[in-house]
Amino acid sequence: MTDALKTARPGVRVRSGNPVVTILRRREASLVLALALITVGVSSVAPRFLSLDNFGQILAAVVVVTVVGVGQALVVISGNVDLSVGSVVGLTAFVAATTAHANQSLPLLIVFLMAMAIGAACGAINGLLVTVGRIPAIVVTLGTLYVFRGVDYIIAGGGQVNAAELPSSFLDFPSQKLLGIPLTIVLTVVLVAVFAAGARWLRVGRYLYATGNSSEAAHLAGLPQRRTVFGAFVLCGALAGVAGVLYATRFGAVTSSAGLGLEFQVVAAVVVGGVSILGGSGSIIGSVLGAILFGVITNALNVMNAPSNWIQAISGAAILLAIILDLAMSRARERRERFDRERAKLS
Amino acid sequence: MKLSSFRHLLRWEVMLIGLVIVLAIAANAVTPLFLTAPNISDALSNLSEKALMLLPLVPLIIAREIDLSVASIAGLASVSLGAMFEAKVPLAVAIVVVVVIGALCGLLNGVLVSVLGLPSLVVTLGTLGLYRGLCYVVLSGKSVAGFPAWFTNFGFGYIPGTLIPQPLVIVVVAAVIFGVWLHLTTGGREVYAIGNGSGAARFSGLPVRSLLVRLYVVSGTFSAIAGVIYSARFASARADSALGFELDVIAAALLGGVSMAGGVGSIFGGLLGLTVLGVVRNAMSLANISSEVQSVVVGALLILAVLLTTLLSDSSRLKRAPSRAVRKEVAADA
Repeated sequence: MTDALKTARPGVRVRSGNPVVTILRRREASLVLALALITVGVSSVAPRFLSLDNFGQILAAVVVVTVVGVGQALVVISGNVDLSVGSVVGLTAFVAATTAHANQSLPLLIVFLMAMAIGAACGAINGLLVTVGRIPAIVVTLGTLYVFRGVDYIIAGGGQVNAAELPSSFLDFPSQKLLGIPLTIVLTVVLVAVFAAGARWLRVGRYLYATGNSSEAAHLAGLPQRRTVFGAFVLCGALAGVAGVLYATRFGAVTSSAGLGLEFQVVAAVVVGGVSILGGSGSIIGSVLGAILFGVITNALNVMNAPSNWIQAISGAAILLAIILDLAMSRARERRERFDRERAKLS
Repeated sequence: MKLSSFRHLLRWEVMLIGLVIVLAIAANAVTPLFLTAPNISDALSNLSEKALMLLPLVPLIIAREIDLSVASIAGLASVSLGAMFEAKVPLAVAIVVVVVIGALCGLLNGVLVSVLGLPSLVVTLGTLGLYRGLCYVVLSGKSVAGFPAWFTNFGFGYIPGTLIPQPLVIVVVAAVIFGVWLHLTTGGREVYAIGNGSGAARFSGLPVRSLLVRLYVVSGTFSAIAGVIYSARFASARADSALGFELDVIAAALLGGVSMAGGVGSIFGGLLGLTVLGVVRNAMSLANISSEVQSVVVGALLILAVLLTTLLSDSSRLKRAPSRAVRKEVAADA
């Protein structure tokens, strides 16, 4: 019974006796390895890839996808998907920028809280339709992808907020530092740490995995499975709101098409990071590594002067590779376990 | 069970026909331009690419799979056609090559989904990005125009003496073939069997895997044909051709009563769903409403349609639920 449970889904880790082997078998290890290989390969062709300056650029470029990816990972672990995140980022980025423009002295914290509230409201709409309306998440969020984006267009009305119109507190945010580390990075690391720990050790975090593994079993076990899924969508929306403000402060100029197509990069990062699209397995840290991997690949293409339009094709190919790899690894694991069982029987 | 779900579907389709009529009257009240022959002809011609993507998608969704990459394949077909035309390949040859490319794109989807057994949602989300990304690789930012007159005339032209747009002929022929195949042949019934339970279908000896691969190849092929027609109608090929069409196509299928849960739906229903969307978009265009706002309505319609079908099937399930006496008996047996 327990064996059947362990092998039922790809990505479920099985501890081996050897701790080194256990670590190497984890997705996080292969992602770090892939990052190392790319770094060595690219820097041998283009040495400026390895500079501290370029490293800072990669991290700055990656924060938006990372923050949205944390929320997306929560939703995917719960066995759902949120395709509307790009639209929520666009909507909150525009609202944040127009609000900051209209009230120049408004503290940035208020802007963040407002964007989070809007994002959470969007997430609540998704969550309600999925849990109470019992519509598949893919259908709901494909619909709200267009609805939220349309609301963004209606509010923006073709207009745009220029950097010159924004208060300096808003535009200076990305360059502010805490102990020499950019504040955006600190914020991202804190968010990642909180959610990674919460998913790993908090009771609701484990509910998330249980629901994703088997919604029915979670329900029969008396877990608040609907509330868990609803919560995951709300958190995902709120994090997309945070990312919207980060987007607006980073680029300064915001149009209604901000974050267009972002959902694709985010789902790619999460899936490549080892979060199974079937739900119930994977980690927040893995999804962050996935986001960093895409950031590094994009940057490497730029540094090597490769045409930037390759990135979408590569992201698509990476998704396919990641799921094929997942499948191969889970099949190999099944074979190994069957072999172990046979051997145990013989002895 | 089978009969009642069929009846349910029929009711849904009748409702959709009613909805089309009500929408058309409402649209005509807003803009008298709506119920004029040139406008209807234009609206139908605007639906032709989406209809060609929809026809194979209906059986795919009935078989409980999905293809999100249709619009990207159409885009890739359009872009490849443009690139080959620029490289002085005869257009007729290029069209054949492009359709083969579409079939290969579909084959990749099909192999990943049914041979490797990967979830179709992620596979086709990946290929949505991959194929669209290849569009930008092949044609970067530029657009190709200057196609020969016979090609663009096909896109713009009507059947002589009528206002029936020529691309619509392909759609009608394809729709009849798909309808007959899905509803009147064994192959079509197998699709429903797979959707109702692929495990049961396989144990009954149905070639589940090869049927799914074929469906994806057909989906890729028709998406490529849609891309060719798109290039002809707009007399150009760009990397963002047919961008985002998958929303309308999936929305049309679900609006038409094809269930994501598998095993339920019809070609006629899907086409009716597309007609509803077409009427809504056309009427809003006539009223000068921007395409972004139109998408809000399409997105909301998609959610509403599924919400409504879920509620309807729930209420019929409640009606069919065993009475208390039967349940007691069952409990006593157990």
